[in-house]
Amino acid sequence: MDTTFLLTGLASVLAAAGPILFAVIGETITERAGIINLSMNGMILITAMGGFAVAYQSHSILLGFLAGAIIGALVALIVAFSSITLKQSQVAVGFVLALACRDLSYFLGVPYMNQPGPRLPAWSIPGLKDIPILGQLLFRQDLMTYLSYLIIFLAWLYIFRTRPGLTLRGIGERPAAAFVRGANVTRLRYIYTIVGGAIAGLAGPAYSLNIKGGWMGIQSGLDGIGWIALAITIFGGWNPLRAAFGAYLFAFLQWLGLVLQSRLPNIPSQVLQVAPFPLMILTLLLVNIGNAEWIDRTLAALPERTRRLIARILRSMRASQPASLGVPFENE
Amino acid sequence: MKKNIWVNTAFQVGALITAFLLSTLLLVAAGAPPFKAYAAIFKGALGSIGNVENLLISWLPLLLTTAGVLITFSAGLWNIGVEGQMTLGAIFTTGALRLLQNTSLPPGTIIVLGILAGIIGGALWAGLAGVLKTFGGVNEIFGGLGLNFVATALTIYLVFGPWKRPGVGSMSGTQPFDQSLWLPSLPNTELSPWALGLSILVIVVVYFLLRGTYFGLRLKAVGKNPKAAYLMGVPTWQYSVFAFLLCGAFVGLAGAIQVTSVYHRLLPNISGGYGFLGLLVAMLINYQAIWAAPVAFFFIGLTTGSVQLQVLYKLDSSFAGVLEGFLVLMVLMGEGVRQRLVKKT
Repeated sequence: MDTTFLLTGLASVLAAAGPILFAVIGETITERAGIINLSMNGMILITAMGGFAVAYQSHSILLGFLAGAIIGALVALIVAFSSITLKQSQVAVGFVLALACRDLSYFLGVPYMNQPGPRLPAWSIPGLKDIPILGQLLFRQDLMTYLSYLIIFLAWLYIFRTRPGLTLRGIGERPAAAFVRGANVTRLRYIYTIVGGAIAGLAGPAYSLNIKGGWMGIQSGLDGIGWIALAITIFGGWNPLRAAFGAYLFAFLQWLGLVLQSRLPNIPSQVLQVAPFPLMILTLLLVNIGNAEWIDRTLAALPERTRRLIARILRSMRASQPASLGVPFENE
Repeated sequence: MKKNIWVNTAFQVGALITAFLLSTLLLVAAGAPPFKAYAAIFKGALGSIGNVENLLISWLPLLLTTAGVLITFSAGLWNIGVEGQMTLGAIFTTGALRLLQNTSLPPGTIIVLGILAGIIGGALWAGLAGVLKTFGGVNEIFGGLGLNFVATALTIYLVFGPWKRPGVGSMSGTQPFDQSLWLPSLPNTELSPWALGLSILVIVVVYFLLRGTYFGLRLKAVGKNPKAAYLMGVPTWQYSVFAFLLCGAFVGLAGAIQVTSVYHRLLPNISGGYGFLGLLVAMLINYQAIWAAPVAFFFIGLTTGSVQLQVLYKLDSSFAGVLEGFLVLMVLMGEGVRQRLVKKT
């Protein structure tokens, strides 16, 4: 395995993680506000189809991405309206939309199947592209991939280093406290769900106008990616940096699956591609188990020093979900 | 009180009509004559004996997954891992049949053992999600989602790895079993009276379990308000885990039936979306087991009948999924609107 092969491979991993990053960062923002948008799987498909259709009709890639963001925001609006205003289960509405939007995209996408359409051109960043190794790895991509790098840091900065970000975390953790401090919980939850949906809505066009280059209906192979994105959001512990790590790990293992298939024909590539999921469940278990009550009881029976040690290890791993995730808010 | 029932019904009917109107608009937008299209779906579902047989064959697994998730929904659990549980049922059944097919046991015994293995497989996979939730604090939606992918990976590994066909493994699945290991079916069809009987038995059991037993009452108490149930002396975590096990057993049976009576082998994606569709059915009927059989029948009729749209109008058969989704979404939203209006007056 020579260096060039490795570098091109890793560069393709960074590009392949782009759409997943949009979905994961969008969902992270939504869930930080206390809303689960479970519709991601349908959202990616319908924005992929819709974005391609608009770009195909208007010959404008920009309009295609814009359409993706608008459709994503609309789907998120249905989730927000049904759960916040109509007080229905977020999970139920999101789940129905996940299935219905997927089928809707197959149904409406028939005229655009396998049509040659516009595709985002590659664009190396002048200057940066000539940095040894890093240039080849990071800066000979396309605009959407650059945007996907940026959005990780922007989202992290916003959530953890700004005042509105603090309020965002507040309405997901203790909405009542945030309300008393003057935050309009209902309005903010609407806004963040829609913004998260718009960001996630870029994922579909990033596939159909960039990576996959077109709409192939059920053959697009996009069904399932939204569920993966939801899983990575949890894996990321509602932190954009950790979520980005999850998305890159996933794309890397997928690439590894393809590479290893020619070398190890005994292991089907699909097995390596889903290897992150047992890992994800294990991570979830490790970060959550410190919250379980039986652990406290078991620990209490142990000698003092051992107990402190275990308690410290558990605390360092703990990353609970936003405390009010999925819980409706009523201001009396 | 009586007036309320009429208002509820009016809202539900209104929601269903809205969903149909939206779907009809979609058909018009796609350039198909809507009434002829609905007629084609109807004919595709029930037009001939062959069609009805196919409908019934697909109805059974949906009935079982619906029955399963009715139990977990009653316990207040969102068992999204139902697809993986069905897959594990199919894997365990295939494993048992492979293990026993060359022994001297009579074929009937092997089939029964195979189906039991499938039930155990589904229950174990569901139990894992339940244990992760109760002892590990892992939300059942997230745990179930992950376990679905693990189940898919396991199937693919088996189909391409240890259980691959002589020669080379392929997406078409493992080597089909000998005909003596097929669940007996009606002549010239894959419809098995055994599978039909078992599935109907399960939904009847679920109906009475939830409606007329102490167990069902306590299960619903755990679902509605676990803290109150716990204070009343209901062993809450045991009930949650048991709900998962029971659901997994029913769904595992669906996987076992797909292997022994429909495909006679293990395929990738053998759960075929029945688990997710079962969740939709359960939501549409508002968790009332009495409606499970007819609504599941209606959904499967839409799904099998919609293939005609592809043949006649070059439309995608996913129209069925769109209509099913709209129906559930509109009923959910209609219920929300009703609650808002009732509260105000």
